[in-house]
Amino acid sequence: MARMGSDGLTWTLETLDAYVENPKALVSGTRMNYRGMADAQARGALIAYLREWSDKPQNIPESEPTARKTDPDLDPAVLGIVGDAEYGEYLSSECSTCHQRDGSDQGIPSITQWPEEDFVVAMHAYKKKLRPHPVMQMMAGRLSNDEIAALAAYFATLE
Amino acid sequence: MILNRRRFIGTGIATGALLSAPTVWGQTKAKVVVIGGGAGGATVARYLAKDGGDALDVTLIEANPIYTTCFFSNLYLGGFREFESLQHGYDKVAAGGVTVVTDMATAVDRAARTVTLAGGQVLPYDCLVLSPGIDFKDGSVPGWSVEAAEIMPHAYKAGPQTQLLKKMVEEMPQGGTFAMVAPPNPYRCPPGPYERISMVAHLLKQKNPTAKILVLDPKDKYSKQALFEEGWAKHYDGMVSWVGPEFGGGAVEVRPDTMEVIVDGEAQKVDVCNVIPGQMAGKIAALAGVTDDSGWAPVHPDSMKAKADGNVYVLGDSSAQGDMPKSAFSANSQAKVAAMSIRGELTGSRVFPAKYSNTCWSLIAPEDGVKVGASYEPTPEKIASVESFISATGEDAALRKATYEESLGWYAGITADIFG
Repeated sequence: MARMGSDGLTWTLETLDAYVENPKALVSGTRMNYRGMADAQARGALIAYLREWSDKPQNIPESEPTARKTDPDLDPAVLGIVGDAEYGEYLSSECSTCHQRDGSDQGIPSITQWPEEDFVVAMHAYKKKLRPHPVMQMMAGRLSNDEIAALAAYFATLE
Repeated sequence: MILNRRRFIGTGIATGALLSAPTVWGQTKAKVVVIGGGAGGATVARYLAKDGGDALDVTLIEANPIYTTCFFSNLYLGGFREFESLQHGYDKVAAGGVTVVTDMATAVDRAARTVTLAGGQVLPYDCLVLSPGIDFKDGSVPGWSVEAAEIMPHAYKAGPQTQLLKKMVEEMPQGGTFAMVAPPNPYRCPPGPYERISMVAHLLKQKNPTAKILVLDPKDKYSKQALFEEGWAKHYDGMVSWVGPEFGGGAVEVRPDTMEVIVDGEAQKVDVCNVIPGQMAGKIAALAGVTDDSGWAPVHPDSMKAKADGNVYVLGDSSAQGDMPKSAFSANSQAKVAAMSIRGELTGSRVFPAKYSNTCWSLIAPEDGVKVGASYEPTPEKIASVESFISATGEDAALRKATYEESLGWYAGITADIFG
């Protein structure tokens, strides 16, 4: 297996699928004493389970398009909310414990002058736990649609 | 000293009038005095000066011209940071419109609404914010007193004590014993003692690999316990022994003269002894009469206003507010709610619902960082936890490294938020 790696094998959905179908056919000399899984549907289900542990999940060909979404599919009305920047300024004080107002980026990304729509989409994606990061999921989790719009309005214009 | 002369504010509002009156606006700026220039005090001073500059006169009283953060001081002990990187001056706080007074507040007269400083100055206030951190309880660890801290350092207020403890660890004899007397709840920085154990172990592993670490703990469980235990077994196998209350960790006596700890009646000689005693609100909070029998100052959960006095706010470690841990992150979070509330009362600006949050990162070994956090909201009884998260055991190295790097970003972010 290590030799296959040095030969250039990288794990993609296709290679993983091929391996599960018949380990010995893909990797020569493997000690994996497993004959393989012929049923493509079953392989799809197994890989779908494994995919839940992946940082960069992708669609699985034989199954439903199940890659983890990061776009929260926002109602245009939510995107259309005009944010109350003054409220956003108060709410932003919670952000600035970690995200520096002047846009410095040292281990924690800058959110200053982020375009409003991108900001709103990202925060809703955290709120729905589509984007991973426990602190941000928690922070966004309790913000209302109006509060997210207020923050977006404030940070978009922050000098 | 208590000043008897009554002070008058603006154009004749007698003392004793509630400061809720927005009539304080006008030619005379309302006076806010903040005691304590750490994560709570410096933050509230800066936010008040930034947002209420024309209407508010903000004074910050801090005894040290340079502040050394207790948060991240464990990383200095472990050799991951320079001592100077923990130090912050008040130049930018002053440039932001805050009058910074380097002195010690020695008395508060809540009837006259004045603060007296060690230098003799008497400052009147319309609103007082107390953010004095912690003090140690006398008699919490039999045999130990603040005077003994030169022999058995607490290193739980950062500064020379932190440097002393590091020097002692570095000079420990080969195969020697480092003992920690861990504090009872509630205390500043719940994971702090255990992150410290990790950092001391890291230092000893390199310089003194046969040394032993003994943790004597009055608590039967502690913050991030599973994560620390996993990390100690992985990185410092066999070095750390933790003794909980079941085996005498809760009834420890120390003898600074002979460098002994007595556990369950049995004396044991140690080479370094870090005593982290039981804690209470910084002394000025008790002198101001806003603390209760617990030693902490109860506050209203929606504003951080002291229950004892509507003109006084208490932030951070000193406050008794409910579920939030005593941490710099909490103090900084509470300061922003208090700043909004104070501005609303003194200048009539908009007041929004209070939201609080906290995250504590801890370093277990190089690039092995973990975190715990929660969001909080006020209920009528207390500041209550709404949602929380914690790092999992068995996380991969890449995630632990990312968590550590995030903690460095947090330090840069929060110190910029506190000190400018």
